[in-house]
Amino acid sequence: MDLTALLLSRLQFAFTISFHIIFPSFTIGLAAWLTVLEALYLKTGRTTYRVVFEFWLKIFGVAFGLGVVSGVVMAFQFGTNWSVLSKMSGPIQGPLLAYEAFTAFALEAGFFGVLIFGRSRVPPWLYLFSTAMVALGTTLSAFWILVNNSWMQVPVGYVLQNGMYVPNDWTKIIFNSVVWSRFPHMLFAAYLTGAFCVAATGAWYLLRRTYQAEAHIMLRMGLGLAAVLIPVQLFFGHLCGLYVNHYQPSKMAAIEGRWNNEKPGSEVLIAWPDEQNRQNRFAITLPPPFGSMIDSDSLTSAETGLNSIPRENWPPVAIPFFTFRIMVGCGLVMLGLAWLGTYLSLRRRLERNRLLLWGIFLSFPLPFIAILTGWYTAEVGRQPWAIYGVLRTADAMTPFLTAQAATASLIIFTAVYAFIFSFGVFYIYRLIRTGPDWQLAEVPHGAGPNRPMSLGREAPIAIRGTAGAGE
Amino acid sequence: MVMFWIALLAISILFYVLLDGFDLGVGILFGLTSSEARRQHMLNAIAPVWDGNETWLVVAGVILWGCFPVVYSTLMSAFYLPVILMLLGLILRGVAFEFRYKTERMRWIWDLSFIGGSLVATLMQGLMVGALVEGLQFTNGQYTGGLFGWFTPFAVLCAVGLCLGYALLGACWLVMKADAEVRAAARRQIRVLALAVLAFLIVVFIHALAENLPILHRWIERPYLFVFPAIGAIAAVVLAASILHHNDSRPFYLVSLIFMMAFGTLALSFWPYMIPFAITIDDAAAPPSTLAFMFWGNGLFVFPLMLFYTAFGYRVFRGKVTPTADHH
Repeated sequence: MDLTALLLSRLQFAFTISFHIIFPSFTIGLAAWLTVLEALYLKTGRTTYRVVFEFWLKIFGVAFGLGVVSGVVMAFQFGTNWSVLSKMSGPIQGPLLAYEAFTAFALEAGFFGVLIFGRSRVPPWLYLFSTAMVALGTTLSAFWILVNNSWMQVPVGYVLQNGMYVPNDWTKIIFNSVVWSRFPHMLFAAYLTGAFCVAATGAWYLLRRTYQAEAHIMLRMGLGLAAVLIPVQLFFGHLCGLYVNHYQPSKMAAIEGRWNNEKPGSEVLIAWPDEQNRQNRFAITLPPPFGSMIDSDSLTSAETGLNSIPRENWPPVAIPFFTFRIMVGCGLVMLGLAWLGTYLSLRRRLERNRLLLWGIFLSFPLPFIAILTGWYTAEVGRQPWAIYGVLRTADAMTPFLTAQAATASLIIFTAVYAFIFSFGVFYIYRLIRTGPDWQLAEVPHGAGPNRPMSLGREAPIAIRGTAGAGE
Repeated sequence: MVMFWIALLAISILFYVLLDGFDLGVGILFGLTSSEARRQHMLNAIAPVWDGNETWLVVAGVILWGCFPVVYSTLMSAFYLPVILMLLGLILRGVAFEFRYKTERMRWIWDLSFIGGSLVATLMQGLMVGALVEGLQFTNGQYTGGLFGWFTPFAVLCAVGLCLGYALLGACWLVMKADAEVRAAARRQIRVLALAVLAFLIVVFIHALAENLPILHRWIERPYLFVFPAIGAIAAVVLAASILHHNDSRPFYLVSLIFMMAFGTLALSFWPYMIPFAITIDDAAAPPSTLAFMFWGNGLFVFPLMLFYTAFGYRVFRGKVTPTADHH
């Protein structure tokens, strides 16, 4: 066992999956929103919906492409670096990821081509259907991934036979409360990401005084969805906390910075957890029973502290402790922005409030940060286990993987990802800066859905507003 | 159940090789022209379908993991570097489809990443197949070949051969889907590539004889295997005729048939091994509860649906493509 190779493999997995999750969390929400826009356009015939649709479709295309190519890596990385895990848990994790590939990947890929290239080749209803199928595909993908990851968090429905986890109850594996609190939590996180990116774009246009009509649609729909969803999201987040407390006491103790068993528990708001001396420095703490209320919905329940868990089963305490607080902090800021923005928007005072518009514009990284830190809480908090309580991460690695091989692969992954990420983000930025293409508005109504895009494109691009088209 | 999944695995790999084969091949041929008009025309011929084609790689990968976990974990870890390089190649070429239209000044970067990515991905696939045919080093069922155990002259030969093969498939696809200059260029390339693939097959055969590869003994034991190369040879003759007659769609199907025969030959000479000659199908099969779960959902219902989406996608984009960018 090469400890350097282990660390590098963990870094590589963390890096590639963090990179990957950014794009699906954006496109899951965006795909659903595109479906709504296309349906609204078909129903009302309002060209603005079509313009907004085409605009976000371009951004969707770039983000989706990055999500697909970085997702293909994930299907193989379990085998390259974690061959013991993939062999032992293959009978369970393999089929779950197979269901993802079969139901989601294929669906998305089949209809994505139609979505991007096919408007002129299919009737309007089939185009709407294709949009909906891409959206369904992204959602199913999230579902199977969450089932798979939930099994690694709380393994159920299996027996250990001949060095393999053999499934004996698939219903338990798929339909357990852990999956059904975590899947909505991830799905809503993705919807919120889409909503905030859309709202931030609208705010930016209003600040620049361009594309007012589209900006209003983006702001109103983005903030409105967020205002309703964030409270629901907080509720599902709380359900996730309950499962962690029930099944993963070591993760919960680290998240809460709780060293000693308490009955009822207190709640550390913020502190510097000192793992060496087993105490919190500079702690601001709410007295009991706040900890029990938050972790167990109870005034009197006993809460486990790290000291009652063997040291070798602790996760690194500070990472889940801080990432959890960053996630919650992002959520609360987003809640404030969404409620205030929706309130002002309903009273038609939002566009005059430039300070709030700046706030909404600058908030677009928050949902991404919340998703990443949320996953770090879940995944780092699960350590030192790859499958909680069953298989240690150190025992899951490919036994003959050398540090040189892991270094080489990590370096090339980092280089290639940094390269495509910086260009991808730059191209998305430039698409957003350039803004919606209004040529479509000049297409006579009714001719829209069937008009070949290539015809319209040969005319010089008409751009309203002051922004240049870049190159 | 095991036989069902081995069949589906074989079908998925075959689909991958044929479908991503032609678009990787187009990526390789992309480097042979610098005309922007021709390049756009070539891309239009594959842009709506490449993503779906690549899905079959993931499908094959997850069937392997779910139904034959031992083979999945062994191959992925033994082929550590080639698998990762293949994935990075696929990434670099995948993003190029979108990115090259986002810039004019920097387009050369994405064209380079499209060509390079296609080439690297194909080379790595060829290397892995070659190494499997030649045989990886195993001790007590564990891979012990080390980080570069797959890197042999024979594997390199196979890598080059696969590049030629995919390029041939890609050229045939272009003849079918394009017209004008792109088709004319592809027709010229097909002649060269077809001869090169033929030469490659002869060299592989001589090499196998010279090295006395264990896989060759299977052929002496199972003479009926010669049916596959025989059909392949007939297809090659018909291919030559259809090239001379300037037929547009027949060469693609004939080259596909040759690929199928090569694949069938390889698969049946491995039989019953999945990794020759270390792990058999039965050694590798997942427990019945896993195979049944895969069968009653993915196998029985979703797989036919996937075939349907694939057919749907190809039907929407049937016929010749336009030379100008059909892109936003």
